[in-house]
Amino acid sequence: MLEGGRLMLALDGVSKVYKVGTFGGKRLRAVNDVSFQVAPGEVVSLIGESGSGKSTIGRMVLGLSRATEGTISFEGQDVSRLERRRLHAYYADVQGVFQDPFSSYNPIFKADRVLALVKGFFPEIGRSEWDEKVENALNAVRLEPGACLGKYPHQLSGGQLQRMLIARALLLDIKLLVADEIISMLDASTRIDVLNLLGDLKERGLGVLFITHDLSLGNYISDRAVILRHGMIVEAGATSKVFGNPVHPYTRMLLTSVPQLHTKWDATRPRPVVEQTSGETAAHLVEVEPDHLVAAVGETS
Amino acid sequence: MSLRVDDLTVYYRSLRGDVKAVDGATFSIEDGEIMGLAGESGCGKSSLGKSLIRMDARMKHVGGRVELDGRELPIADDRKMNEFRFRDVSIVPQYSMSALTPTRKVGTVARELLESRDVPFDTVKAELVRRLTLVGLSEAVLERYPIELSGGMKQRTVMVISTLLDPSLLIADEITSALDVSSQRAVGELLVEFRDRGFVKSMIVITHDLAILYQVADTILVMYAGKLAEKAPAETIVGAPRHPYTRLLISSLPEVGVRFDETRLAGIPGKPPSLLSPPAGCRFRDRCPLAFAKCEEEPPFVEIEPGHEVACWKAAA
Repeated sequence: MLEGGRLMLALDGVSKVYKVGTFGGKRLRAVNDVSFQVAPGEVVSLIGESGSGKSTIGRMVLGLSRATEGTISFEGQDVSRLERRRLHAYYADVQGVFQDPFSSYNPIFKADRVLALVKGFFPEIGRSEWDEKVENALNAVRLEPGACLGKYPHQLSGGQLQRMLIARALLLDIKLLVADEIISMLDASTRIDVLNLLGDLKERGLGVLFITHDLSLGNYISDRAVILRHGMIVEAGATSKVFGNPVHPYTRMLLTSVPQLHTKWDATRPRPVVEQTSGETAAHLVEVEPDHLVAAVGETS
Repeated sequence: MSLRVDDLTVYYRSLRGDVKAVDGATFSIEDGEIMGLAGESGCGKSSLGKSLIRMDARMKHVGGRVELDGRELPIADDRKMNEFRFRDVSIVPQYSMSALTPTRKVGTVARELLESRDVPFDTVKAELVRRLTLVGLSEAVLERYPIELSGGMKQRTVMVISTLLDPSLLIADEITSALDVSSQRAVGELLVEFRDRGFVKSMIVITHDLAILYQVADTILVMYAGKLAEKAPAETIVGAPRHPYTRLLISSLPEVGVRFDETRLAGIPGKPPSLLSPPAGCRFRDRCPLAFAKCEEEPPFVEIEPGHEVACWKAAA
């Protein structure tokens, strides 16, 4: 698919098994044999419904949760089992922003404290140089420094808070951003600005793992898309191919269900029903055209 | 005419003063109409919906009246409203998942609800089972505890129970927001089916998602900062909106097929005014590209063509 030299993040056969039930007697495969890559300057969407394992993948990439099987490598180095000191260095390159901007901040402190805390990574930088860096980062996310510095979280809007978290990530000069449903709590009129911001940052070389349940948002911003279901990849590849020519019945079902603004749900066609498989074995991915993989399914459609 | 709301004004009490959540709302809903109520968070859409069935302790009715089927709804009087709730006005709340008592079987919840309205459970049980079957649930759910049902099943159960007495008006508050796309479609189509079968006469579907409303609603009412901005048939709101806010909102929504590299969408700069002390005049004017001197005067919500009302000086002209 991609030439090895360009790879930044690579997941190879990653699985996450949780022990559930009384005394951990049951096993739950939240993520099952998932492999994909993110290159610099590329936005990859992880799209799935609730319980598809998309957030678990994000957490594993961020080192917040350990992969049970498989490897996650960043610039050729295995990062799935980093110990503390190396993890700290890893976080200078990879950062995450999550869904709820209001709970990401401590309401007792001023919001710009999240920026000040980053200073700890750069003990050698002087005060004035640092202030300039902060200002540049805020400008990059289109926040007016005067309008948001020195304010408490409740005085800022969700979009402003979310952009400040992205600015914080930028201060670290990160290479990869894990964005887990970062705009689902924002209002329609401001969410597109945050999306466009990701688009601009991508053009500057930032890699983004964009986790979402919203197909239209994933389609708008990403270069490549990965569709997940029950922890397994059902379809993956270039966004234009996955959305333009969906092959897997599940992807098709999702696309016909998405409410659209100018087309009505097709009433003549019965609601597509997708069988609930919860097979333990991961389906084999087949390449149907260049840069477009689909999980093999029993020919039911 | 099923519902007529006239100059309804509802404020929230807060320590810093009154939050003017719904300010002078005037609109009506025909029999059989599904009206979508759209807007961003904090625009007053949920407050408007809630005030038609039950005001919480912090809300106060400042003025205006509400008429349902020719009878005035005593919305300010919590006790008197009881007579209307469930029979005439019913609600499917935002978190249907938690609307069912966790320690009671679903059937018991339904029985107690009906008996509180002096309707013997046995007289409607057959109809209840028929409707559960219609939404793809079996009679067995009545013997289940809520925890044994999935989110989508609970949503459908609550929809069936709250419309069991064929209310004249149903308020559905963000009922699709927490669902996956495939269940969203199922629930959206059920709303239309309930109306078509006469289980409810008319409906207010509250959501921030205009795309869903385009699928299910006949008309859409857009609110902005506590005021009504525009009401028109769904087709018109999406295809030919006249209020600048509606226009910008519609054009900021990405659809499947629109790509960042090809078409760059734009948001609306700025944010809505605080409802503690909203500015006089049009509340959208700080963010509006068309704003001119007259916008300091409040634009009336007027009909510019049959069935299309807008509160904007530029649209009315």
